Amino acid sequence: MQDDGAVFRALADASRRLLLDSLHAHNGQTLRELCSHLDMSRQAVSKHLAILEAAHLVVVLRQGREKRHYLNPAPIVDIAGRWIGRYERRRVTALAELKRQLEEESRE
Amino acid sequence: MSEPAFVYQSDIATTPERLWAALTSGELTRQYWFGRRIESDWAVGSPVLFYDGDTDIVTDTGTVLECDRPRRLVYSFRPQVDVHGEPFTGDFTRVAFGLEPLAADRVRLRLVHDQLAGPDDVGGWEQGWTPILANLQVFLEGPAPTAPAG
Repeated sequence: MQDDGAVFRALADASRRLLLDSLHAHNGQTLRELCSHLDMSRQAVSKHLAILEAAHLVVVLRQGREKRHYLNPAPIVDIAGRWIGRYERRRVTALAELKRQLEEESRE
Repeated sequence: MSEPAFVYQSDIATTPERLWAALTSGELTRQYWFGRRIESDWAVGSPVLFYDGDTDIVTDTGTVLECDRPRRLVYSFRPQVDVHGEPFTGDFTRVAFGLEPLAADRVRLRLVHDQLAGPDDVGGWEQGWTPILANLQVFLEGPAPTAPAG
C-alpha cells in the first residue's frame, strides 16, 4: 500500500501524465531520451520525474552509468483496488481488454 | 535506445521469508498465479517448470540463473509451444524478483522482466503480470486468496 495522496498529486499534472504516456509507449528511457521528444526543459523533466519517482509511479534502474526510467503500474493497481473489488476487477480487466481490441479493429 | 522491460514494484505487508515462499513454492503459486504451479529446486542451473492450473501440463520451462534466498531470484523461461501449437523456437526471457525488507514488516518487491523480443512485448507482459502480482499482494496480506471465478 503506497501513499495515495502522493500518487494523486503526481497524476494531477498534465506534463507528468505526458511523461508516463511516453514511458508507457517506450519503457526504460533515459532522461536524455525523454527530453528529446517532449517540449519541456531538461530541468522540468527532471523535476517531474523526481515527483513521479517519489510517488512510486516511476522506478529508476541503473545500468552502468545510465539511469533508465520505468513506469510502475502498482500504485495505479492499488488505487483501482480501493474502489473495485477483487472479483469485479477481473471482469473490468476483461472488459477493458475487449474495448482495446474493438478499438484496434476499428482503427484498421 | 530504451531497454524494453516490464517493471513492477510494490510494498507488501509481509516478511521476506513469506514472500520468498510465495514465489518458490508450487503449492503457494497456484493460490494466486491463476492455478499455475511454478516448480524448481531453485539451485542455480536447475530447471524451472510452469504447470497449467487446469491440465497440469508443463507450459513453460526455464533455468534458475540466480538464487540468493530471501533477497533475489532470477530465472529464464519460455513457452513450450507457440500460439499455433507448434514447438516454440523463440528466445528465453528473464525475470528477476528483488526483495528488500523495509521497516515495520513490509517488503519491497521489485519485478524486472527483460530480455524481451521488443518494445511491443512490454504491454503484453504488463497485462499478464499485473493481475498475478495484485493477487500475490492480496494473498500475502489476507484475508483470503482470490477464489477461482465461478
